[in-house]
Amino acid sequence: MSTVMKSRKASDIIVRHTEPEAVVIGVSAGGLKALSAILPTLPADYPLPIMIVIHLPPDRNSVVAKLFDDKCALTVREADDKEDILPGYVYFAPPDYHLLIESDRRLSLSSEEPVLFSRPSVDVLFETAADVYGEGLIGIILTGANPDGAAGLKQVVKEGGRALVQRPDQAYASAMPEAALAMSPQAESLTLEQIADELIKAVQV
Amino acid sequence: MPPKTEDIEIRLLLEAIFRKYHYDFRGYAMASIKRRLLQARDHFNCQTVSALQDMVLHDPGMMTAMLPYLTVQVSELFRDPLYFKAIREKVVPHLKTYPSLKVWIAGSSTGEEVYSFAILFREEGLFERTMFYATDINHDALKKAEAGVYSLERIKLFTENHRLSGGKGSLSDYYTAAYGAASFDKTLRKNVVFSDHSLATDAVFAETHMVSCRNVLIYFDRELQDRAITLFKGSLARKGFLGLGSKETLRFSSSADAFTDFAHDERIYQKRDVT
Repeated sequence: MSTVMKSRKASDIIVRHTEPEAVVIGVSAGGLKALSAILPTLPADYPLPIMIVIHLPPDRNSVVAKLFDDKCALTVREADDKEDILPGYVYFAPPDYHLLIESDRRLSLSSEEPVLFSRPSVDVLFETAADVYGEGLIGIILTGANPDGAAGLKQVVKEGGRALVQRPDQAYASAMPEAALAMSPQAESLTLEQIADELIKAVQV
Repeated sequence: MPPKTEDIEIRLLLEAIFRKYHYDFRGYAMASIKRRLLQARDHFNCQTVSALQDMVLHDPGMMTAMLPYLTVQVSELFRDPLYFKAIREKVVPHLKTYPSLKVWIAGSSTGEEVYSFAILFREEGLFERTMFYATDINHDALKKAEAGVYSLERIKLFTENHRLSGGKGSLSDYYTAAYGAASFDKTLRKNVVFSDHSLATDAVFAETHMVSCRNVLIYFDRELQDRAITLFKGSLARKGFLGLGSKETLRFSSSADAFTDFAHDERIYQKRDVT
């Protein structure tokens, strides 16, 4: 070990990132209500960016971002292609596009095929975010009636990130959190209020 | 953090493809192309992306097989009907003042956008005076575009899109259905030139009055997006129109100042009179 360390320059030493850098949320049926229990509780100076996939009918004139922008202290937007990810911003995937995270901390959109009949796909967002943020990522799966997000959350865990899942017995639709917990038994199963608290605690020094 | 081995392998693969086959994917946005290349790796039963690179370098047939993984070919006729409605209602009146027109469909993929424009221009009385350039890097996609045959299952969506775009008459006037497929009227492509062209490596080839390039730039990084938009700027006549995808923007391009917002929500821009 010591010889390995000696052969490295100081700048090459790998720093373990334990500070959270970003949050991703995946949600489907019952999602507006569930998100309403979380997003408006976060303060205006919340330091992490939050990227969200919610399954909605493919209608370009989605009003979800506007709806939450009015309700939240944070700035809430529909993601534009290649925009910089800013701390304390909430980005919704636009209907009918996948939302992906680039390694230069920018957002990308894609109109590739739906994954598990979903576009946007929770898996696509989570897998690309896990790849970029690794241990610095918090992945959250909420209510939903399909298994999208389970594979993505597993990837978040594999890359060292933290996984939070809404308690299935409390979810409007339990299939999505159940599928996520089945694939990631390490995930913390919490109420919406607890998830909101954890997001605050995660950034307290 | 040091780069992941997979990311190094992907950069090397894209470099190998460029050097050997002159397809340049090096400026593509990594997140999406990485997902698709890892799918290709699994599909071709390779343990690593390096093993996939070995196959691609030593078997030219593999390049053709890889192209569907490197390019995205998902489109519809009259996709985003409001885009076509805006062209019909706002752009066409300007185009009608020209005696002859050239329209460039960049990244035409399997042709859905080309037929949408041809039908719209025919309905609006512009078809006979228009030359269309349909370009893509994928030769197989261009051949499909030229054939103009689409699965009948998709026609219901196309028909609804056409109606919402303000279509005059019925979409069924433009195709014949047989054996589960809809074959589009070949007179729709009599003024269409289908051609290989790369936004990453090729230059401007004609002066045009309108460029439509939708959901192509999202697969590029900002630098390559900028190259493409600068090509469009170079191709467009003064006061020419540029249509982008519903979530694409000129905001990050060095050529943004050469354009004005023409139909903001539909992402149609107009090149300034003086640039």
